[in-house]
Amino acid sequence: MSYRGMIADMVSFKAHKGDTGEAYYARPSGQGPFPGVVLIHHMPGWDDWCMEATRKLAHFGFATIAPHLYFRHGPGTPDDLAAKARSAGGVYDDQVVGDVKGCMEFLRAQPESNGKIGVIGFCSGGRHTFLAACQLDGVDAAVDCWGGNVVVDDPSQLTPQRPVAPIDMTERLTAPLLGLFGNDDKNPSPEHVNTLEAKLKSLGKSYEFHRYDGAGHGFFAADRPGYRPEQAKDGWQKVINFFHKNLG
Amino acid sequence: MCSYITETASIVGSAKGPEGWVNVTSANVYFDHPYHAALDHALSIDFLSPDTNQRVAVELSAESARALVARILSALETGEKEHG
Repeated sequence: MSYRGMIADMVSFKAHKGDTGEAYYARPSGQGPFPGVVLIHHMPGWDDWCMEATRKLAHFGFATIAPHLYFRHGPGTPDDLAAKARSAGGVYDDQVVGDVKGCMEFLRAQPESNGKIGVIGFCSGGRHTFLAACQLDGVDAAVDCWGGNVVVDDPSQLTPQRPVAPIDMTERLTAPLLGLFGNDDKNPSPEHVNTLEAKLKSLGKSYEFHRYDGAGHGFFAADRPGYRPEQAKDGWQKVINFFHKNLG
Repeated sequence: MCSYITETASIVGSAKGPEGWVNVTSANVYFDHPYHAALDHALSIDFLSPDTNQRVAVELSAESARALVARILSALETGEKEHG
């Protein structure tokens, strides 16, 4: 079902270690009940595209919250805070997972919630989605859009911020996982995707992977040369269908 | 993919930001997804002013960044010859 009306605004939520986080929240107008989605932005930050994607999911019936993962570096504009986060080596994985948990609690506390929660992320947010789905209870569906470094080729790439290769947590994954990938991407490369799929299969996990020819990294971004309209349209439809199937 | 790889240079000089001229003491340089430029990847430079906590940023295509490096070196060479 497609909802034409929506309400979108900035909200506060209880983030990791009790910090007060800021987020963008868009939900369909009406009484609901609506399933909830946490949307995790990519490393360049809490940008306009992230807001558009949040509203897109609301348009299709999902109460969607997009936390600003760099709010602790504020005050400042999202791009300036992204630069500060980058300069600091990125955000800590456990902090992001804690922020996602806080967003899930925000969603469940809304009167229009149906109690189901999905998580979706793009690029580094895809990696964060995989981590959250492996570490948090109550994730009912997870969508990893071209998350790189889920498979870590070189252990020297591990840092205090990112101390564990997410693939090593796969056993703890309980939610069904949808993965979307471009076959021209270098990270995750098709080999990385195959490695992750083999791990999921060996552990008997519920997953659905789609690999797109003629697409590289971030092919949903309509304001960049890597945009691939045909693949993006199909990919978004798969996201919507997957969330409706698993969240209601 | 978001790489987190950043090169940092100590610099001496000034930059003009939204609030006027500031002293800048370092520059972070990286090639990754840009925030604003309509590019999949951009060579980004953040000129940083710790005194004022300001950032003056540019995001350039790889091709234009390389051309700029060549022009900077050329300008330095000719300028230093001219000015001794």
